Order: sequence, then C-alpha cells, then structure tokens
Amino acid sequence: MSDAAIPSPARAAPITLVGPIAWVRTNLFSGWFSGLFSLLLLFLIVKWAMGFIEWGVINAVWSVPNNQTQACRELKGTGACWAVITEKHRFILFGTYPYEEQWRAFLSILIFIGLFIVSAQRVFWRKELGLVWVGALTAIGILMWGGVLGLNYVPQERWGGLVITLILATFGLAFAFPLSILVALGRRSKLPAIKALCVLYVELIRGVPLISLLFMASVMFPLFLPEGMNVDKLLRAQIAIILFAGAYLAEVVRGGLQTLPRGQYEAADALGLSYWAKTGLIILPQALRLVIPPLVNTFIGFFKDTSLVLIIGIFDLLTAGKTAIIEPAWQGFGIEVYLTVGFIYFCFCFAMSRYSQNLEAELNRHRVR
Amino acid sequence: MSQTSIDPRSLRAPPKRPIRLSWADERIRGIFWQLVVVGIVVAIVWWLWSNTVHNLEVRRIATGFGFLNREAGLPIAESLINYSPTNTYLRALLVGLLNTLKVAVVGIILATVFGTLIGIARLSKNWVLRTLSATYVEVIRDLPLLLQLLFWYAILQGLPGPRQALHPAEGLFLSNRGLKLPWIQWEGAHSLALVAFVLGAVITFFYRRQAIVRQMADGMPRATWPVALVCLAGLPLAAWAALGAPFTPDIPALRGFNFQGGLTLSPEYFALLAGLVMYTSGFIAEIVRAGIQAVPNGQREAAQALGLRPGAVLRLVVLPQALRVIVPPMTSQYLNITKNSSLAVAIGYQDIVSIANTTLNQTGQAIEGIAIIMLVYLTISLSISGFMNWYNARIALVER
Repeated sequence: MSDAAIPSPARAAPITLVGPIAWVRTNLFSGWFSGLFSLLLLFLIVKWAMGFIEWGVINAVWSVPNNQTQACRELKGTGACWAVITEKHRFILFGTYPYEEQWRAFLSILIFIGLFIVSAQRVFWRKELGLVWVGALTAIGILMWGGVLGLNYVPQERWGGLVITLILATFGLAFAFPLSILVALGRRSKLPAIKALCVLYVELIRGVPLISLLFMASVMFPLFLPEGMNVDKLLRAQIAIILFAGAYLAEVVRGGLQTLPRGQYEAADALGLSYWAKTGLIILPQALRLVIPPLVNTFIGFFKDTSLVLIIGIFDLLTAGKTAIIEPAWQGFGIEVYLTVGFIYFCFCFAMSRYSQNLEAELNRHRVR
Repeated sequence: MSQTSIDPRSLRAPPKRPIRLSWADERIRGIFWQLVVVGIVVAIVWWLWSNTVHNLEVRRIATGFGFLNREAGLPIAESLINYSPTNTYLRALLVGLLNTLKVAVVGIILATVFGTLIGIARLSKNWVLRTLSATYVEVIRDLPLLLQLLFWYAILQGLPGPRQALHPAEGLFLSNRGLKLPWIQWEGAHSLALVAFVLGAVITFFYRRQAIVRQMADGMPRATWPVALVCLAGLPLAAWAALGAPFTPDIPALRGFNFQGGLTLSPEYFALLAGLVMYTSGFIAEIVRAGIQAVPNGQREAAQALGLRPGAVLRLVVLPQALRVIVPPMTSQYLNITKNSSLAVAIGYQDIVSIANTTLNQTGQAIEGIAIIMLVYLTISLSISGFMNWYNARIALVER
C-alpha cells in the first residue's frame, strides 16, 4: 500500500519534442519543401564560404616586396591581394599624418573609443560626464595639433583616415544634440514665430540630401563670409554635418516629448515652475530617456553618413581607402581595400546597434511581464 | 434669475485678461522673446546676404539664371531624351533630373519587393533562411552606402572586357561595359499597349470599388478577377494585336570590340541601383517584419475561427493592420532612396547633382547651382510625402 504513495520517476519527454533532433526537425525539416530548401541553402552557403576562403586565404598574397605587385596581378582575380593592406594600412588609418608622429593619431583613436565606452555605461550618466568629454576632446586636440608639450606642430591639412571620421562623428554629435533639443522644444513652443522658424529649419534640411549641404559648405560658404575671413574646409564640412544631424535628431527628440503624458506638463505648471525649470527638471529627463535607443540608431546612420565628405575631398577613412588605390601599382585592388574599410565601419556600427538593442531591452524591463 | 441661463461650462474657461505692459505678463514676455529670436535670425541672414553680394561684386560673378539658356558643352553618357553637348544647360539639367528619377523609381520598386521578401524570410520557421536573412539585414545596415556603391563599382570595373564577357544565359552579357539584356524593338504598338494597360488598371480600380459598394448594400460578393483579367491582359493584347502585333526581339551580340543591340545597363547605373536596392532593402525588411509582428496573434486566430481561408486572412485581416504600421516608416525609406541617389556623383552616374555640380564648376554660379539641386529634391520629397500621407490617411483606422 505504501508503494502507491511513491510517485514513479517523471519520464523524459520524447526525443521528437525536445533535444537536438527535435530542434532540427522543427527548424530545418518541418516539411519536405522546407527540408529541400534548407539543404539547398546550406549547400549554397558552404559553396560560397569555400569560394571566399579560397579567394581570401588560400590563394591570397599577403605581402610583396617594394610595390612589385606582379605576384598579385598573376592571380587574375582568383585570390585576394592583401598585400595592398599590408602596404597601405598606415595610410588608410592615418592619412598623410607624418609617419613618426602617427602614434599620436593612434592614441587619439584610442581616446575616442574609450570615451564612447565610458559614455555607454549607465553608471557614468551624470553631470561629470560632460567634463570627461571636454577633457578628452581637449586631449585629442592637443595630440593632433601638437605645438605644445614638446609635440611637433601638425597642420590640419595633414590629418586623415579614421581620426577624421571619428572627429566628424563625435563633434557632430556633441554639437548637434544640444541644438536638436532646442529645436525640438521650439517646434512644440506656443510662440508662433519660434515654432515657424524651427519647422522651416527641420523640413528644409530633411528635404534635401546631405550632399547638397556639403556642396554648400564647400563652394557657397566662402561667399557668405566677409572678405579675407577664411574658414577651414574640415570645419565647414563639420558645420554642415551638425546642421544636418541637428534636424534629424530634433525629430527623434520631438517624438519623446510627444509621448510624455500631458499630466507631467500640467503637474509641473501646477507646481508653479518656470518654463526652463519645468523643461530641465521634469520634461527632458523623462523624454530623453524614452528616446535613447532611437537616438543611438540615428547616430549610427549619421556615423555612416560622415563618409559622404569623400565627395568634397575631405580625407576621412573612406577617402583614404579610395586614395590608397590610385597609385598605378595598386590600381584594381579596390575590393580588398573596401572590404577592410567596410570591416572597420562595421565594427563601430555593429557595436552601437548591439548596444542600442540591449539598452532598449533594459529600459523596457518594467514593461515586460 | 437670469444667471441660470448661462451655460455652466463657460464659467470654467479662464478669464480673458487684458494685456498689461509688464514683464509679469506671460504674453508680453512671449512677444519679447519672439522679437529677439527673429531679430537675431534676420540679422544673421542680412549679414550673410550682404557679404555674399559684396563677394559676388568683388569676384565679378554674374547672378541670375540667364546661364540656363547658354550652350552647355558637357557630354552626358546616358540620357532618356535626345541630348547633345550643343544643347542648353536647361536641357542638360532636365536629362540629369530624368536620370535621378530613373534610378529612384526603379530603386523604390525593387527595394520594396526585395525588402518585403527578406522581411518575411526573417519570420520564417526555417532556421537557415531566418539566420541568413537576419545576417544580411545586420551587415548591410552597418556599412555606409557610399562604401557599398564604391565596392560594387570596383567589382564591375574588375570584370573582363566585352570579348571575355560573362555569359550566364543566352542574350545576357556582364562585362566592364555593364549589363546587356535582350529587349524588343520598341514600336508604336507597344506604347499603345502600355496606355491600354494603364486604362485597364483604372477601370479595374473603379469596378472593384463599385463591387464593394454593392456588396455592402446586398451582401452578395462579386468576383473582380474576370474584369481585372479582361482589362489588364485583354485590353493591352487587343491594342497590340490591332496594330499588327509587332514583335522583333533585340538580342545583344558581340560585334568587334563592343556589343550591338539589346538593352544596356551602364556599370554606373547598375552599381548605383544595386547599392541603393541592397542597402534600402535591409531597412525595409526590418519595417515589414515589425509591421507583421505588430498584428496580435489573436487577430489571425479570430479570422480563422470565423472560417476565412488563409489567403483571405492575410488579405482582409493581417495585411490591412500591418500596413498601418508599415506605411509611415516606408515613406521615409522612399525619401531616403531618392535623396541617396545623389551619391551617384561619387561613381560618375550623371544624375541631377552631378550635372548641376559640373554646371556650377563651368559657369561659377555656385548659388544658382545649389539652389537648383535643393529645389529639385524638395519638390520630389514633398511630392512623395504628400502621396504617402494621402495613402496613409486612406488606410488609417477609422475611429467611431
């Protein structure tokens, strides 16, 4: 009788429902059509992967002696010529920055990456972060220009490569973000003249391609200034990028302002807060938190868009890559160079997009049941 | 007692105070700050304007659009209308505009089809397909478009010349001169058939609308497909046959050092189109996926419980709800394709930006050249967003 009280041990679920076999059945061979399709796709993937490895690793030429690209030419496209990267990687990363001083550009890149990593940590989201930014950007300025602390002076015309891309993107963000908050607030303002100006700015910028703004910066901007006053080309492009990004970010911020419940505005009014106290203490802290993931996504787009300065001849990462293969000895190896440059862009953008996804999940945790 | 006749709600409206000329009055402060901001903006604009006028005088640059009627003297490789370098700048710019539209319209159609397929593939039960499309979307969205364009252009330039062209199928040649496709010799009958097709589409549209109105009245469903078949296939075929049904295939063939006949996609156009379509389809795939996922499962299950067939479930229940989520972000992708087509200038496809840029380099009239570019894109952007807003309003949820 006591036997009946002992429950029999739970039986394992059938292997057709759990475990690797079940996984393969549901995900790869759920029907004969799906099964055939899986096999076909797997076959194609393996075939292409083998082809790529053959081209990129087995048949590839990794280095050639003093610009003698004969070995690469003889491959006739059956293998990659990574020698172009071996030879030109310093040029692609640092442009025409003086060879002995390139450690300074390299250190600047590391500071930029460190700055991004620190800014991404939520524990550091406090007022002191602003000081860290000012400090880091000043350090980068000193490193790049030199002229003090025993560093040789390097004129801005000689900067190039990845540093320029990072400078355009980071300074662009640092200035466009405050601008976008002002414009977004202006667009929701009750004052008709201010609202009209902000709407005009946002719609005008969003209606035209970035290239037209860059052209404007490169050919029209000198006409706008008084005679004799000259603004550096990089700075002009930077201004165009800030104005462009400001309009797009403003729309993202406005989205956050709109999703905030009206009660928050009314409660702040009821407390008798002034407009700026209401905005700074109640509205923005909540609205900006809501829009951080779309802001990061906009920033990714805008990091990629800095590559457009190629068209007005500024020496960023992509321009450096394109210029590296102009030399007759290295002509025709564009695919290798673009794959490498693309890999660098991908690393930055992929890190940002993963970060944005994690952040979104984290910020929405209170909504998940 | 006359007090009772006043609507009690009007008593709750804030009392209208007269404007006091004092800093304590919110309206006075508002007017003050607006005057300050507008004043600053006007001052900046005036300063820039006076500098510009002065600089133009000093550099002796003429202003105005008179240059548009001068001879352009700039060669254009591909053009939808007749053009020669002896034509005016105005016509050159028109050619550029048509080239922009050519790549934008084809790009929008292809990116929509391609992106929708990938978006659906991301939701597939098949693991290989799902992972493959997810990888595609992630990689393509993390690379700058300009880099992708240069990459495709480098690949096309690395292809063998016409004599060793890749020849995957009859009449199809891929070489460093671009892609050659078989085509037909275009005649009046084909144009007429095209007109008949558009007419048929309009008739089908109105017939379908009428059929729905009648179904609402008496509950009887009316099939649309016979009318659609007659209008969309029968009418064009009849028009084509009426003019003698001309059909002469125009198959490209190698003559000497280049190809003769057939339809040509130049390497520049092909690289631009491939880059734009691949890049934008990654974004469209995400939009489509989000739209389909936004429809709650209960909607599908309820429709099935009502006895609707799978096709009808998709067409009548899922798609209309998914479209509401899809259309607004899709609009901005269409605008992006159009604006991104301006990157053509980097690989030498002669779109409006490229030609306007050459024009302003030749004539020195920077302000006019950039004004033309901006005006063209603003017009295109406003037209697309106007159309999509109209479409969005049509499919929006009608709240009662």
